[in-house]
Amino acid sequence: MFELIGIPPQALFGQLLLGLINGAFYAMLSLGLAVIFGLLNVINFTHGAQYMMGAFAAWLLLTVLGIPFWAALVLAPIIVGFTGVLIERLLLRRIYHLDHLYGFLLTFGLALIIEGVFRWKWGSSGQPYDNPIPGGVNLGFMFLPYYRGWVVIASLVICLATWYAIERTRLGAYLRAATENPTLVRAFGINVPRMITLTYAFGVGLAALAGVLAAPIQQVSALMGTNLVLVVFAVVVIGGMGSIMGSILTGFGLGLIEGLTKVAYPPASNIVIFVVMALVLLVKPAGLFGRTK
Amino acid sequence: MSTRNVGFLLLAVALVAPWVAYPVFLMTALCFALFACAFNLLIGYAGLMSFGHAMFFGLAGYVCGHAIKVWGWPPELAMLGGALAAGALGVVTGALAIRRQGIYFAMITLAFSQMVYFFCLQAPFTGGEDGLQGIPRSPMLGGLLPVHNDMVLYYVVLAIFLFGFGAIYRIIHSPFGQVLKAIRENEQRAVSLGYNADRYKLVAFILSATLAGLAGSLKAVVMQFATLTDVTAAMSGEVVLMALVGGIGTIFGPVVGAVIIITMQNYLAATGEWVLVIQGVIFVAIVLAFRKGIVGEIADRWRAYSAGSRK
Repeated sequence: MFELIGIPPQALFGQLLLGLINGAFYAMLSLGLAVIFGLLNVINFTHGAQYMMGAFAAWLLLTVLGIPFWAALVLAPIIVGFTGVLIERLLLRRIYHLDHLYGFLLTFGLALIIEGVFRWKWGSSGQPYDNPIPGGVNLGFMFLPYYRGWVVIASLVICLATWYAIERTRLGAYLRAATENPTLVRAFGINVPRMITLTYAFGVGLAALAGVLAAPIQQVSALMGTNLVLVVFAVVVIGGMGSIMGSILTGFGLGLIEGLTKVAYPPASNIVIFVVMALVLLVKPAGLFGRTK
Repeated sequence: MSTRNVGFLLLAVALVAPWVAYPVFLMTALCFALFACAFNLLIGYAGLMSFGHAMFFGLAGYVCGHAIKVWGWPPELAMLGGALAAGALGVVTGALAIRRQGIYFAMITLAFSQMVYFFCLQAPFTGGEDGLQGIPRSPMLGGLLPVHNDMVLYYVVLAIFLFGFGAIYRIIHSPFGQVLKAIRENEQRAVSLGYNADRYKLVAFILSATLAGLAGSLKAVVMQFATLTDVTAAMSGEVVLMALVGGIGTIFGPVVGAVIIITMQNYLAATGEWVLVIQGVIFVAIVLAFRKGIVGEIADRWRAYSAGSRK
């Protein structure tokens, strides 16, 4: 058995894998936040609660209706995305003309409501979700549980697919155009309000999808998204919201940095992302991939 | 009715209140009122929305409590220490946060407060999940003020609150406050007139952080404990809610908002998670329908009424 700088490789690669998985969630969530902010000018504080709703939807589908993980992977984001449609149509739509801060406050209030209701119904202790792909493989330098490897690959595919859809398709071009100048795009006969609704639903669905992926790894609990969304805000500040690929890279990169810190100096692992944020603000206030508006 | 008359009316109520209501409840309300006023100084007059003010409130509570309990400092000195510690934290976080504007400013302050939360969770002197308990109420001013008596402590707390409130009132109405408002309304123009906008914003941020720290220290002395709850993002949200309910950018709004929210929590404490749900509903309702808050709405009506009666 060899050692790297006094750290057994099992521990090092184990933590790196964990970091990569956390990074996958950061990437998917910050991607959704960036897409929503681009078109709606709302920082969606409900994002963490919607991630939690995704995990809960999967758990309820399994325990109440017996619907397996693979079907929940498709169904849960659609269900949560539909609640997103309602939120956009009934609430967010009324505040677009106001300062951005009001969207932040409104979605913060919504997050309190959603998390409070879930805590009231199911308590704050976690519910286990059975691992859909049990087992794993010993790679020599580390043990890789199949499910975790699958999560990393699946989230990478989802992120890249989102990048492709926004940057390389016609629909994505409409979206980018509407982000720049909604009035002009409307003049070309494109239904921008409907596009806004669908964009919000898409971002929310992405958060829910991350929640479904997280369900077998973490326990499904009402508070699973509360702290996560705060970390994702820091990720968004670090990356800047100007670029889709930037969000993906920043998310995965920060997950890895967090994993490495867990190996090197565990007490700092909770804090390291915020320290990185402070450093980025010093050097490049607009964020690594951001543009100053 | 002028601002001055309203102030005298509220002061009279505050002086009589401990004979009518439970003093510890009133003191908690005053601590939060000062906290909300400090927050309002930043959002209402500098236009900076901090979503991380709990870091100043909570950290100051720990520092003050530790100074009294472990170092044996007299409470008045410990409170000063707590406020200055919060001010120092304000220097660092403020200098970084004002590099971005608007919604990013809110996210950055929120992220920093989460960092302080994790620091307080792990630091040896905070007692982690249990918090810092059993802070003694040592006599103040060399034994002149026996603050173990709730009634005596109430008037001390009221005096400190009035000091903080008066300081904020002076700041707002000073030339410095006028420049802050100018920056809030149109930063480019203020800069073109030769004002260093960033320096003004930073000073406002530090003043607000210090006063929030004073409120947190005061709370630690009153409650005799400091806990993690006071450093959470939920607490940062709560102070935003207090200012919103009362009316952002009004002098008395945050006081009214704090009293309402603390009273509500007092009555609903037994219902657990419903407190959060109701706070969420209030947030949504205010953003959608009552953005001026209670005092803001009343002031508008009053102005319209007196303008009408003058005709």
